[in-house]
Amino acid sequence: MIVADLSPSELRHRLRHEGLRLCLGPVAAEIRSPFPVVEAGIALHYARHRIVADDAFADFHVSVEPPFGIRRYVGPQALFRFDGSTTFHPLPAAQAFPLLEWGLNWCVSAQCDHFLVLHAAVLERAGQALLLPAPPGSGKSTLCAALVARGWRLLSDELAILDLDAPRVHPMPRPISLKNASIDVIRTFWPNAAIGALVPETLKGTVAHVRPPAESVARAGDAASVCFVVLPEFVHGASTAMQPVGRGEAFMRLVDSSFNYAVHGRAGFDALGALVAHARCRTFRYGGALDEATRAFDALATS
Amino acid sequence: MNAHAARTRLLVAALAGEPYVRDDRGYELLVRSAREADLLGRLAWRYASTGRIDEVPDAARAHLVGATNRGRAQHAAVRRETQAIADALRSVHTPVVLLKGAAYLLAGLPPAHGRLFSDIDILVAKERLGDVEAALMLAGFATTHLHPYDQRYYRRWMHELPPMLHLKRQTLLDVHHTIVPETSGVALDARELFRAAVPIAGTPFLVLSPLDMVLHSATHLMHNEEFGHGLRDLVDVDALLRHFGADPRFWPRLAARAGDLDLGRPLYYALRTASRVLGTPVPEETQRAIGRYAPPLPVRALMDRVLERALAPASASAATRWARRALYLRGHWLKMPVPLLAWHLAFKALRRDVEPA
Repeated sequence: MIVADLSPSELRHRLRHEGLRLCLGPVAAEIRSPFPVVEAGIALHYARHRIVADDAFADFHVSVEPPFGIRRYVGPQALFRFDGSTTFHPLPAAQAFPLLEWGLNWCVSAQCDHFLVLHAAVLERAGQALLLPAPPGSGKSTLCAALVARGWRLLSDELAILDLDAPRVHPMPRPISLKNASIDVIRTFWPNAAIGALVPETLKGTVAHVRPPAESVARAGDAASVCFVVLPEFVHGASTAMQPVGRGEAFMRLVDSSFNYAVHGRAGFDALGALVAHARCRTFRYGGALDEATRAFDALATS
Repeated sequence: MNAHAARTRLLVAALAGEPYVRDDRGYELLVRSAREADLLGRLAWRYASTGRIDEVPDAARAHLVGATNRGRAQHAAVRRETQAIADALRSVHTPVVLLKGAAYLLAGLPPAHGRLFSDIDILVAKERLGDVEAALMLAGFATTHLHPYDQRYYRRWMHELPPMLHLKRQTLLDVHHTIVPETSGVALDARELFRAAVPIAGTPFLVLSPLDMVLHSATHLMHNEEFGHGLRDLVDVDALLRHFGADPRFWPRLAARAGDLDLGRPLYYALRTASRVLGTPVPEETQRAIGRYAPPLPVRALMDRVLERALAPASASAATRWARRALYLRGHWLKMPVPLLAWHLAFKALRRDVEPA
């Protein structure tokens, strides 16, 4: 059963009472929230996601709910709870859906030490996975959305979930998070993209999410072998350029973007070492010409 | 059975190596409960040490493996960090006692198995506190809680400096000069703790004597305002008692030492709760000896109920959250006299902090 199989009232009931148990790839989350914006966000972005069987395991129990006390009524807020405790400061209630997304990212980045988890966008074409590890502001999510628009399979726009014993990445196809100017850029580049509500005035500015394609969601169980590591850099107005980069530098960039490299000690070192030895590593500079940018990646994938 | 009691029982049985979960939803509840109680590492160690890890279905086992990985990294980090602390304090020439997790780990004591860490605690003589703090600052540790009120709160009223944070390694260090707040009214002479402390072979550090270690662990459990780690702290008490209790000289001296250090009441509660919740064996003579530290019967009955609820995982029931709020108040009540408490809570409620960027 998938989320779209639930009637609106069934979805609301699950979110308000027993919890909606969603399969997100290698993990499953039980989600609760009374906020209509969360319900609408899930109905749009998670329509094709599988609901886990009643007797199956869920890894995380999260909720986005109003805090106790006066902030329920005056300047309403939303609070993310994980296992019954709060991890972040409350945010304005209008940001409840982005808060759920950030909270789910946190669950994976902070609570999945059986994987090596990196901050990276992950895509795949012809069985070959591409990692785009990058600090914020490097245009990773924009590039990710553009590649998805050109037919790459989305594994994640935010989290590379890697095995330690092989250079293999697990998909977690969830909404792609766009911010500020990149929202209109993607609207123009990908007119058919299903983009959710604009949420202004968040810590990251205005954010909006793009629904992951149904084919990507249907293949949430298919891990892929990492064949490309590309380090993107957005330089306003710069021309598009993809260049080979040494394994050492790629390795260090992967370490910098990891959430739990230190947890794994020697095993983490060996895993990333094997990954950069197996993959082709590139730097990629672009200045906003997305058509040209996606062609450069297509060329890399077919070379 | 109440929801909270059932959740505690599920976790306690598995921690004792006698899990009764069989299906995926049972494992889901177990993993979740252990994670909430900060006992996932301990649970993973127990499954591994009893050879039952292969019974666990893949999805649940992944979390046990993750907690094992994290615990291994944290143990290595604590060993490195204590080495750095030893280097930093060498020139101060003062005895340094490791407390709690770091002590269990370096002294090779059973509560260390699978224990997860959030900070390192050390105890030094109060008159050397300034030298110790200066030496640690030179080594890269900086004070936290920069608000002048917080600084004064710790430095004047508490038993420790404001937590220190290493600027590069981001490790947290609590520097104590005694084991109960100065304002708590407990007549404990910290010099007694140093007199009885024992060296850890191969390191420059000391640990509290077995009796004092148990008393500190009991006091930490019963005087803490934050009860989120209550069950974890009780598991420490249990593991220490089972370990030290094997020495025939341990039990007969425990109650008397508690009396000397004015820690009879926390010991009474800790032993009673450990034996009720974890089945910790406490000899009859000790039970009789600590009976004189028991509170009046109605208080005892109330505390039994509150503690039983507060020890359950946080999401178990609303009763657990209410019980923790009650213990939060009790913790503050024990920490300082009423006028000071009123001042402190009023200040905390009214002050407006600038949000950190």
